[in-house]
Amino acid sequence: MSAVVSPIREPLIQGGKTYHQITEDICSPTERTPSTAWVLAFIVAVAGLAFYVFCVAWTIWVGIGSWNLNRTIGWGWDITNFVWWVGIGHAGTLISAILLLFRQKWRTGVNRAAEAMTIFAVICAGQFPLIHMGRLWLGFFIFPYPNTRGPLWVNFNSPLLWDVFAISTYFTVSLLFWYTGLVPDFATIRDRAKGIRKKIYNFLSFGWTGSAKHWQRFESLSLVLAGLATPLVLSVHTIVSFDFATSVIPGWHTTIFPPYFVAGAIFSGFAMVQTLMVMTRKVLKLEQYITLGHIESMNKVILVTGTIVGVAYLTELFIAWYSGYIYEQFAFYNRVMGPYWWSYVGMMSCNVLSPQIFWWKKLRRNVFVTFVMSIFVNIGMWFERFVIIATTLARDYLPSSWSYYTPTWVEVGLFIGTLGLFFTLYLIFARTAPVVAVAEVKSILKAAGDQYVEPNAKHYAEAAKEVETTH
Amino acid sequence: MSQENKDVLYGLYDDEQDLLKAVDQANASHLDIMDVFTPFPVHGLDPKLGLAESRLHIAGFIYGAIGTLTAFLFMTWVFTRDWPIIFGGKPYWSVPAFIPITFEVTVLMASVGMVVTFYTICGMAPGLVSPTLDDRITDDKFCIAFDVTNAEEADKDKIKGFFTASGASEVNMKTI
Repeated sequence: MSAVVSPIREPLIQGGKTYHQITEDICSPTERTPSTAWVLAFIVAVAGLAFYVFCVAWTIWVGIGSWNLNRTIGWGWDITNFVWWVGIGHAGTLISAILLLFRQKWRTGVNRAAEAMTIFAVICAGQFPLIHMGRLWLGFFIFPYPNTRGPLWVNFNSPLLWDVFAISTYFTVSLLFWYTGLVPDFATIRDRAKGIRKKIYNFLSFGWTGSAKHWQRFESLSLVLAGLATPLVLSVHTIVSFDFATSVIPGWHTTIFPPYFVAGAIFSGFAMVQTLMVMTRKVLKLEQYITLGHIESMNKVILVTGTIVGVAYLTELFIAWYSGYIYEQFAFYNRVMGPYWWSYVGMMSCNVLSPQIFWWKKLRRNVFVTFVMSIFVNIGMWFERFVIIATTLARDYLPSSWSYYTPTWVEVGLFIGTLGLFFTLYLIFARTAPVVAVAEVKSILKAAGDQYVEPNAKHYAEAAKEVETTH
Repeated sequence: MSQENKDVLYGLYDDEQDLLKAVDQANASHLDIMDVFTPFPVHGLDPKLGLAESRLHIAGFIYGAIGTLTAFLFMTWVFTRDWPIIFGGKPYWSVPAFIPITFEVTVLMASVGMVVTFYTICGMAPGLVSPTLDDRITDDKFCIAFDVTNAEEADKDKIKGFFTASGASEVNMKTI
């Protein structure tokens, strides 16, 4: 074969696959009747979703008073959950866009599912700003539309409005990027299907034919969208961090927030990708496409970003001390030693200490360890947002207004409910769409399939030996 | 595109390398390829088919520039002409605060515009049924198609000969 095959890279596709087998392996889960495991998982997820709907209805009916927020602590679980979900929603576009620009071929095994995860996570994130307004039916006030009040425009100088633009742009662009990638794969399913399924996938595949010119435009589009999505993904969490950083609350008013939030977002996003991938590859038997090499690569990203986040935590503490400003110093003393010390401990141990085990290659390539770690990181990153939001607000300038906050069942229910929403969407996705990008995996087969990589590696090793013996 | 049916003579190849060689052979024997269909983008195919580079990214730039101007000029108009408000003692025209929204609208316009343009120029839309030559083209077959609607028998034979010579695994005729 004339394709360029690197002898030192680990094969990304195992099992000596042919093009047809790739189609078969990835498309067939959408054609089978669902397994018992899927049905059970789906029932649990839908139950969670139903509880979510109930809690939203309760919040709207009773009002925000059904939450335990008070005059001191105005943001609690709601915004914690919002930032947590948005953070999770960063891995998909990072994998598909940034790794596309860096020409990382391992991206092809995980990008489809990661992008789907991104979209579902952003859907979950978007719920909270809307619900926490209290009067959900006036939610459209956040958009700058000509109105009869003047028109009185929205405040374009407010980071909260920047957030509206950032999140809705991010959602739209991620959705377009993901769907455009899905179109050729839907066409593959369409051409295998019969009857009503054929009609449905025909609708979804937009009449894709696979013409050379279409592929050329498709690649051009993907590249430019990746180029646009890369700064976009960095801007979104930067703007989320501005919600805090542009305020004058000690502990929030820090310039380190944008890079620190972005690193944290990538960190938590990859953790959620790992959680989903470990389960998906097992249930759908895709271990030959989402290999240990893929898992190891993502664990490396988790290690790096986790350590960046750790450095940011320590930098914050140092700068608070170094600033000589007592309110700033108190804010950070309070974070570590105050009434919420336990959430700081949770954050530090889950986010900074535990990922350090990934310095060992053996642990990076262990599926069980990866799964447990991914859950740890998910929990740790939730604690991080809780530390930033609730801990900081609980102790403000006036000791007489100091307060403590514990959520009500409604707030806990909303969080658990969004998990239900998220997994409902993901489970539907895993049943109806190819969870691995079929066409993209085919396009790297000659460069990364084990039947091509291994003989080449052997050939190079032999050649190297020959050179050694002759010299 | 014409609405009349076309008679298409097409050959299927099993590997993209065979396809690339076959396209070279077709070019050498001056056969007029109608289109090539593949299950994934085959690199190196575009120059052989004489396809010019896509200008989609230029369209994307224009959409993006429209987005930049729309967002920035709109916010400028609102805060300096329509309803000036002082926020935090800053000037009405507080340019740095406009940057985030300007950026987001630029990205949004460029992306949406490009995607809509892509589907429009490719003649694709939700629910549209495009006639396909073979179901395996989206699976593992690489297809070269010739339009033989008004061709002489001799020309058809020449194309068939080319398919056999270039190692096509199947040769079929279809009216689409």
